[in-house]
Amino acid sequence: MSDAATDPDKIEGPTPDNALRAADQAARPEKVLAADGTPLKRSLNRALRMQKMRALLLIAPLLLFVLLTFIAPIADMLFRSVENQIVSTTLPRTTAALGNWDASQDPVPDETVFEALYYDMFLAAEAKEHTKLGTRLNYEETGISSLFRSSGRKLDDIGEDRIDALEDLNETWEDAAFWFALMSGPEGGEKDAALLDAQRERMAELSGHSYSGDIGFAPAAAISALLPRATRAYTAFAIFTAIDDGDVVAEEEPWEAVKIALSEDLRDPDSISALEDYSGPGAAELRAAQPVMADMPPLDFRQAFLDIDEDWGDTDNWQTIQIYSPSYTSGYFLNAVDMEKTPDGPQFRDEKERIYWLLLKRTLFMSLVITGSCILLGYPVAWILANLPMRTANLLMILVLLPFWTSLLVRTSAWKVMLQQQGVINDVLVWLGLVDDSARLIMINNQFGTIVAMTHILLPFMILPMYSVMQTIPPSYLRAAKSLGATNWTAFWRVYFPQSVPGIGAGSILVFILSIGYYITPEIVGGTTGTFISNRIAYHISSSLNWGLAAALGTILLAVVLILYWAYDKIVGIDNVKLG
Amino acid sequence: MKLTKTLMTTTALTVAAGMAHAEMADSLTLVSWGGAYQASQTKAYADPYKEMHPEVEIVWDESSNEAVAKLRAMNEAGNITWDVVDVVASDAIRLCDEGLAMEIDPDEMLAEGDDGSSAEDDFGDLLVSDCFIPQIVYSTTFGYRTDMVPEGAGAPDDICDVFDTETYPGKRSLEKRPINNMEWALLCDGVAKDEVYDVLGTEEGQERALAKLDTIKDDVIWWSAGADTPQLLADGEVFMGSTYNGRLFSVIEEQKQPVAMMWDAQVFDLDGWIIPSGLPEDRLARALDFIMFATDTQRLADQAKYISYGPARHSSAPLVGKHADLGIEMGPHMPTDPANAKNTFLYNYEFWADYRDDIDAKFQAWLAK
Repeated sequence: MSDAATDPDKIEGPTPDNALRAADQAARPEKVLAADGTPLKRSLNRALRMQKMRALLLIAPLLLFVLLTFIAPIADMLFRSVENQIVSTTLPRTTAALGNWDASQDPVPDETVFEALYYDMFLAAEAKEHTKLGTRLNYEETGISSLFRSSGRKLDDIGEDRIDALEDLNETWEDAAFWFALMSGPEGGEKDAALLDAQRERMAELSGHSYSGDIGFAPAAAISALLPRATRAYTAFAIFTAIDDGDVVAEEEPWEAVKIALSEDLRDPDSISALEDYSGPGAAELRAAQPVMADMPPLDFRQAFLDIDEDWGDTDNWQTIQIYSPSYTSGYFLNAVDMEKTPDGPQFRDEKERIYWLLLKRTLFMSLVITGSCILLGYPVAWILANLPMRTANLLMILVLLPFWTSLLVRTSAWKVMLQQQGVINDVLVWLGLVDDSARLIMINNQFGTIVAMTHILLPFMILPMYSVMQTIPPSYLRAAKSLGATNWTAFWRVYFPQSVPGIGAGSILVFILSIGYYITPEIVGGTTGTFISNRIAYHISSSLNWGLAAALGTILLAVVLILYWAYDKIVGIDNVKLG
Repeated sequence: MKLTKTLMTTTALTVAAGMAHAEMADSLTLVSWGGAYQASQTKAYADPYKEMHPEVEIVWDESSNEAVAKLRAMNEAGNITWDVVDVVASDAIRLCDEGLAMEIDPDEMLAEGDDGSSAEDDFGDLLVSDCFIPQIVYSTTFGYRTDMVPEGAGAPDDICDVFDTETYPGKRSLEKRPINNMEWALLCDGVAKDEVYDVLGTEEGQERALAKLDTIKDDVIWWSAGADTPQLLADGEVFMGSTYNGRLFSVIEEQKQPVAMMWDAQVFDLDGWIIPSGLPEDRLARALDFIMFATDTQRLADQAKYISYGPARHSSAPLVGKHADLGIEMGPHMPTDPANAKNTFLYNYEFWADYRDDIDAKFQAWLAK
């Protein structure tokens, strides 16, 4: 770097230097050309581009590996913590109808919501998706799981008398081929392609796999206009039958929901008037059925659901469905900080249910303690290793590395044998007479046990970076300090220690970040007071299957680590970290 | 996938209906719990099956503990590597709910009982889910150190002795989850047995159970692996502890430790097989063939020769004999033996499917404090 005052460009006016350079610039051609006549800049770029490409190709395998196995899963996990499409894809019409419902006006939603629920649930139950939604919503409101499971089984019974009346009237309503002809319309007639596509899309969202491909059926435009509900239901049935069951649509009798939809259509004044002009297949049967259906008492979907399970009348259940209707939710994150989504906005949970904040604090505190004890224990060891002759140091190094070659579970279980009340340490203390047999120390299944076991397990991660940094500190510095009159302590503290700080920094970051995410050791020796937040994450991943909450907790943990890393960089400086 | 699943099911039905010459895969991946339990399954089911079909390669995977999470991950990745999975009934219900396990038609896919009863009647009430093929009845119950019973006090024989630290001082080990512990706490807090779940369904009931557990909180070591309590009992770390009855059998009869059973208020649970949904045709055919064989009357009775869990079929009960190595009569060690089953609970699947998340959150918060 040149001093500003002597920089030739900064000095204006006629100096010999400037005059020379001005002359140079005047003589220089517009562009410098390479030997082949192309501008030098472009030629240089091309040569460099080749090099860059080669370098990129060399790192490509690693880059792809990291992207696929590290970045992508993390991104996927972050996404899971807000994703909540299951409600609106399983109950699309119900959630739309629920949009207008106000729990303070009416404790239970009205008939339109229950009607939509019937068709949504019927389809979901056929596709066996309703229990998944039940499990999802049960995380928020206890009891929804069994509500959905039991209702799915009993949906077939809703409106039985209507179906019986229809089939008593004419057996042809039980005939698969008749239904197929009715819904397909006359050959060559106009088809309602939009309805078919819409239903395909809806089914794909529901089941999460594609429903494209020929199903051997398309709803006739005429029948779709005349009987909108029945045609919609039959189209869904046809798509499901052809793609999921692999059956021929014309050979399968439609679901109960299709017949219920037809009976509802036949009571609709619009359909009744339009029926007079209808001349397609099944016109006679429809005209015969119409007055019978119109004379039957109206079907009360709301009552039907309440008969299946009175919990459908529970305002809390409906509010949960309403709150979790959007495709993305902050609910998991709120749960992860001991809050919950309520109709009145986010609120803290009951004191008795708060746990995550406590666990997060405890995890951070214990990780700090473990890091601290690793520094205290590891520093002298690293110092001795670095100052011994190479042969001896290598031999001792094996002792440091030995735990690495032993299974983590074995090491943790060994601590159990050591620390428990009838364990080695207590036995020795009792034998020495230091501790009374009836007052054996409790050293495991608590924080103490976790700290001891984890310090032992993570110690090599502290010693190794310290050792490699200390090896680079020339012993002559210490001798020089002492020859200049420093005491042992001053020489160490003022000369040696500051140079070993990068090793401490590297070791601390390693140990701290590793211990924050540990869960096997705390699970085995932690008891109730020594468990970490990762134990709850593991529980939600493998036991409760609440992956959204696990993802939110994981995201928070990741954010905390990044913030601490940033703070470390601000305070100590990340350049000050050396692994060797 | 749904298509293949359904296709599979229909093919499975035809296969089970007697098309024995269908193509079957030559390998079979069974998932179980490891340890003595898996060993008993190997001896009772896998070895005889292998003898009948030497061409089949049987692979064991000890992953039942996290079977639900792993099956879900496999399903999302679209690559199911397991053929038959051993899970507890509550997990089978969840797998069925999530569409991860295949629905079973007992009369089509399972063997008839030796006594001529249909499979559905033979398993009876134990078919708790459409996807579940019951195998054994086990129970979670208490064992205690006989040498640590205080002088003057009789051997503990009442579930409430667990909560009585005056008469029976010493540590207890309990499972680190609410299931079973909450029921026992309420029972000993004066709730009638048939009202336990009604009470536990209310906020006050949950608080009452936790308050009762609070009285012994300082004396409890919480376990999360089934092997913990046997180890704690063998080391004399605890006076009494809950675990699966088969584990206690092995501590008492095989390792000859001074431990005895306290069967009072034991909680019955079921363990059995499920078949993951979405298996390719040939592997499904093999899995069904194995299931048909491994859950017949004789095979279920055979398993009881190696471990003290009761066979799930009614028709297997009379066939239960002696332990294969120890030569002792297995009947009296079964949780279902009338002498042991005077006061029992049946794991309430429906209740815990609903309340599991809610009560677990409260239980863990209580534990952490």
